[in-house]
Amino acid sequence: MLMKRLALAGAFALSATTAMADCAFENDVEVKSLSAGFEAWKAVTDAMAECGNFSAELDQEFRTKQPAAFAADPSLYAIGGVSNGTITPLLNEGTIRPLDDLVEKYGQNLTPNQLIRVDGDIMAIAMMVNTQHLMYRKDIFEELGLEVPTTYDEVLEVAAAIQEAGVVEYPLGATMKSGWNLAQDFNNMFLGYGGTFYNDDSTPAVNSEAGIKALETMKALTEYMDPEYLVSDSTYVQQQFQQGKIAMANLWGSRGGAMDDPAESDVVGKVGSAAAPVAMEGGAPATTLWWDGIVVAKNIPDETAEAAFRVAMEGLDTDMVQGANEDAIWLIPGYEPNEMAQGAIATATADPTPISYPSTSQMGLMHTAIGNELDAFFTGDRSAEETLAAIEESYTAAAKEAGLLE
Amino acid sequence: MKFKTFAMFVGPSVFLMLLFIAFPLVAVLLNSFQVTQPVFTTQEIETCSAGFLEQSCTTEIKTIPVLDENGDTVTTTEWVGLSSYANVLGGDRLTRALSNFDFGELLRIDFWKALRFTLTFTLITLPFVLGLGLAIAVVVNNATRAVKGPVIFVSLLPFIITPVIGALSIRWLFYGDGIATVWLEAMFDTDLAVAANGWAVEFLMMFYRVWHVAPFAFVIFYAGLQTVNQDTLESAVIDGASRWERLRYVVIPHLMPLIVFITLIHLMDAYRAFEEVIGFSSESQRITLQYLTYDYLQPDDAGNRQISSASASAMLTMIGVVILLAAPLRRTWRDHKGA
Repeated sequence: MLMKRLALAGAFALSATTAMADCAFENDVEVKSLSAGFEAWKAVTDAMAECGNFSAELDQEFRTKQPAAFAADPSLYAIGGVSNGTITPLLNEGTIRPLDDLVEKYGQNLTPNQLIRVDGDIMAIAMMVNTQHLMYRKDIFEELGLEVPTTYDEVLEVAAAIQEAGVVEYPLGATMKSGWNLAQDFNNMFLGYGGTFYNDDSTPAVNSEAGIKALETMKALTEYMDPEYLVSDSTYVQQQFQQGKIAMANLWGSRGGAMDDPAESDVVGKVGSAAAPVAMEGGAPATTLWWDGIVVAKNIPDETAEAAFRVAMEGLDTDMVQGANEDAIWLIPGYEPNEMAQGAIATATADPTPISYPSTSQMGLMHTAIGNELDAFFTGDRSAEETLAAIEESYTAAAKEAGLLE
Repeated sequence: MKFKTFAMFVGPSVFLMLLFIAFPLVAVLLNSFQVTQPVFTTQEIETCSAGFLEQSCTTEIKTIPVLDENGDTVTTTEWVGLSSYANVLGGDRLTRALSNFDFGELLRIDFWKALRFTLTFTLITLPFVLGLGLAIAVVVNNATRAVKGPVIFVSLLPFIITPVIGALSIRWLFYGDGIATVWLEAMFDTDLAVAANGWAVEFLMMFYRVWHVAPFAFVIFYAGLQTVNQDTLESAVIDGASRWERLRYVVIPHLMPLIVFITLIHLMDAYRAFEEVIGFSSESQRITLQYLTYDYLQPDDAGNRQISSASASAMLTMIGVVILLAAPLRRTWRDHKGA
């Protein structure tokens, strides 16, 4: 009896998937993909799965797995989900293929903006942009009669006013978890003050005026944060918002949807977004622009690559966007920006525009060095100057071992 | 036993030990003296990146690795002597800190910071593991038969829990608005931020380790207690020895070999501490030597990883374990020879 019921349930499940499938073609080549695991990737890979013979691995550790998996021959995955930060090792090791011929054949619906070109060749197809920008509690700002800050000086003033009023536990949240997150927070501020990370000959350049200012501003901001900010990653900040503990944060655009999810948020409809604040007058918003998209492996037969690309195009079509409009700032035709997207769009279209996160070998080393050395500054063990000098020394040692410096 | 029979019994495990322990160790040793690097070339490259409305293209000079005709990265391997070791130990910063007698600066270099914590962690948890393990064993041994089973089961629980899960559950009790933090805040009417305080994190990490390992010591001691000579104990009672004196002069000397055994195991395990750093996200406050090796091995977004430094750091960790074990091992050796 039980077996029969199970079999019946299975049959229903099968018929349900076939009913949903609205892929334009029947895929008969086995295609696998490896990407990050946030909402947008779920939507895209679900849409790709409608074509059949497709399996997706959504893994937050994708950035460490991808280079080795794509270097294998044949590659373990046909499709890779990357961002401008994580595409670097794939480009450097030559494990992804140029897509020009496939785009010509199957990419009629792509906009020129989606075609990521490196040295003239299309190496990736972008599907969405992401950036860290200001999210704030509209109701609190209204109640206290505060203006939405556009510079970090104003952020500090507003934070002080919110602290004074005592309406939330901490006025500010920030993605300052030790390591990658903390380094990225510094990168944003450092670029906001017009800094450059390294010189043309790969020697470090963070120990500069911009570096000192960035650290000072960050330190000033931490006064208004939960003292445990060094363990606070994107999910932590998102939850602080959802539980009404903070009033402002410079947070990833891809986290916006969760604020209005009634299943987990206490602040549905109360969180607004605005451009990332600028660090100095006339500067670009203190943040970096990111894109996420797909690449196709080089070490696979051409037929598999063709099938993979066609499946990917089905995943990145207007149908998918209409079903998952809130999940990302899509670059795909058919996307209608909602209110939560305004901040990211304002950031991406600001003048001057923030730069895209640089995808270079040097930046990888620099990011790690910053992540490792910044802790001592925030725990109060080291001054700003000493910290920046330590970052440069740590970067130089790593760059020598990597062969980038003599 | 004939030599041939002996060899046939021992052969497979010697072979596996060579394959899985000796060979990797030699490979790590060699790696720590050499550096393998891709050959880089600089090239002017135009990269177009997606914006919201339109692309932004930049032309810049990029340093990229050279690929051969098969599409593989061209690499060179060089012997670098002890330079990776110097790198791990702190290089110029170490020399500067030493010449200025700046102890604070020394402890801000990753390796020394990790060494300081690892040593404190290992040496402070050791007496607690031994003491707590012995205490539980004695208590259980004296408990009535009816409750023995359940008590043993409950005491073993922390040991059965997967290490990372155990660490996370203690973390959740104390970090942020954890239950324990909220209680403490209500009780003392203060505002606590456990994760923001290095010493508090360090204490929690040690607390977790003792909680997790004490049951292991307990099981060993409990087994040992079953073999204590009852006649000696009885004569001690007749001689008027108190409970404490019986423990001190009869039980503990009997358990001494087990105490040395647990000490050895614990020193080895605690010196390789790793899961505490992950479980308590303590990277910003406290790191261990094993974590340092992991950190060197972890590739960054651009795919760089420091194999040579990681190997040097692993070798240094091994040397540390050997030094730490020297004292108890010498003692065991002496006892062995004496007996």
